[in-house]
Amino acid sequence: MTFSPELEARFERFLAKYPAERKRSATIPMLIYAQDEVGSITTELVAEVAKRCDITPLQVEEVVGFYSMLHRHKPMGKYHVQICTNISCLLVGGAELYEQACKKLHLGHKEVSADGFISLEEVECIGACSWAPAIQINYDFYHDVTPAQLDKLLDGLQAGKRPEEITEVAKVNC
Amino acid sequence: MLYNQPNPLEVRLLSRRFGLPNSQSIETYLANEGYKAFEKAIGMSQEDIISEVKASGLRGRGGAGFPTGLKWGFVPRQSPKPKYIMVNADESEPGTCKDRLLIEYDPHQLIEGCLIAGLAVGAQQGYVYIRGEYRYLIEVMDRAIEEAYARGYLGDNILGRGVKFNLATHSGAGAYECGEESALLESFEGKRGNPRIRPPFPAVAGAYASPTILNNVETFCAVPPIILNGGAYFAGLGTPKNGGTRFFCLSGHINKPGVYELPMGFNLMRMINEVGGGMRNGRKLKAVIPGGSSCPVLKADECDLAMDYDTLAAAKSMLGSGGVVVMDEDTCMVKAALRIMRFYAHESCGWCIPCREGTTWLRKLLQRFHEGMGTRSDIVLIGDLSRNMLGRTFCPLGDAAALPTISIVEKWREEFEAHLDGKPCPYEKSSRLVAV
Repeated sequence: MTFSPELEARFERFLAKYPAERKRSATIPMLIYAQDEVGSITTELVAEVAKRCDITPLQVEEVVGFYSMLHRHKPMGKYHVQICTNISCLLVGGAELYEQACKKLHLGHKEVSADGFISLEEVECIGACSWAPAIQINYDFYHDVTPAQLDKLLDGLQAGKRPEEITEVAKVNC
Repeated sequence: MLYNQPNPLEVRLLSRRFGLPNSQSIETYLANEGYKAFEKAIGMSQEDIISEVKASGLRGRGGAGFPTGLKWGFVPRQSPKPKYIMVNADESEPGTCKDRLLIEYDPHQLIEGCLIAGLAVGAQQGYVYIRGEYRYLIEVMDRAIEEAYARGYLGDNILGRGVKFNLATHSGAGAYECGEESALLESFEGKRGNPRIRPPFPAVAGAYASPTILNNVETFCAVPPIILNGGAYFAGLGTPKNGGTRFFCLSGHINKPGVYELPMGFNLMRMINEVGGGMRNGRKLKAVIPGGSSCPVLKADECDLAMDYDTLAAAKSMLGSGGVVVMDEDTCMVKAALRIMRFYAHESCGWCIPCREGTTWLRKLLQRFHEGMGTRSDIVLIGDLSRNMLGRTFCPLGDAAALPTISIVEKWREEFEAHLDGKPCPYEKSSRLVAV
């Protein structure tokens, strides 16, 4: 399986982090970064990571089944909208934001738009409790999200814009 | 840019560099006492470093509150295997968002904490296990580590003083359970995040079955100020046996939610009213989760207490991870219990049956209850099921799911009764009955 030179370089750095006989430690980091490039955890990817980490494909499958950010077979959208409804967000409107997104996008939990551009997920605590309600689009955080801001973000995505082109609402992380 | 404004009541020790221009950079760090504690520690014996940490009264900031110096003392002096430093940056406890700031605003403080821990136990390799959702922090940490190598604060011969220490980040991929120390180690080794039976504890057999110091981000970050100012200074900031300051993450129905560094033992009502700006919209306080969703919930009239490990334990709750979730009078406690249980049912790793089955059945029971289809005997059943999970699992996730549930059923029984006989939730604006 061939990856971009950047990902190949990253894999090399990953394997160098752990003792030579402990390549298996690189399994999860490899999977999550490879998924960003491949789209999902494919059978081919499982075999490739197994080979590189010196374990069996079954040992990789075991791991894939455990972690909620690893998506076997079905890729999430290019822009994966994750809305937290856990307790701190729930108290200040997180669940309502999630319902709003479901209605607007006509998508449910872990569903992907027909063009593969947007997907939606109701997520557990993402660590933004003091700036709730919070959402993540891919790996970027949006804090203190209002229904109007969510509308702007979703309108923009539905018009085919990238999140950074939706200037009215900015991510907060550096 | 800071995510929330600091409060004058804060004692900013670990957060003293937050908000400085370019606070992530090694230049800012070095210009503000950076790596001074490490240089001091190089001249100290291992015993002296550990006794300074013991004297500081520092206790684990991840939630369990185990004395850090004592933990470090459990690492065997002589070991045929290499020793490891492991940073738990898998912050996932609902209500908790402090480690994010410690890494985002001051990553070098964490590196320095690891370096000193390495000196204290003779470890030459460390890892920072960061939850997968915090991808941008992995990048922040990687940049800081690269700077530290370039300036000679990491590597095989640090500052030419013959000290060797290497540090690397490690990404998780979405699992609350991996914040539990033994599950984190399994995950680190490239496996499912199932917990291990203890003993042996990580200090003896941790990463790769080798002696490992595993602490929370905030715990490691407290070490440089302790070494620099002395354990006694740190201890003096808090209450007896509860040294120092700690990060409290205020969230929920308050006017000024945010992460604030306050002295250990700070009064909870003052925290809500004076730091958090009081209740939103003039509503009354109903309940507080004092330290993340795993803690027994406090009623409004139980909140006049000092926020330290021992006072909270005496109040039959926990200081936990510092996540203070404030709920007003319009909060449905059945719904709160349900949302918390949905989380634990989702995150239970499935390894221990009482937790796997208990959380799932409790989720179903609470769901049915909230939808108005519960029976009077369900109230007893929810309590019984929860109590049967206590102490019957490898890791504390089972207890974490049971404890808040037990407290809510016991303290707000009347709210459960108000949902009986098909009555719609009294707190929901519209009643939506969903068939089970």
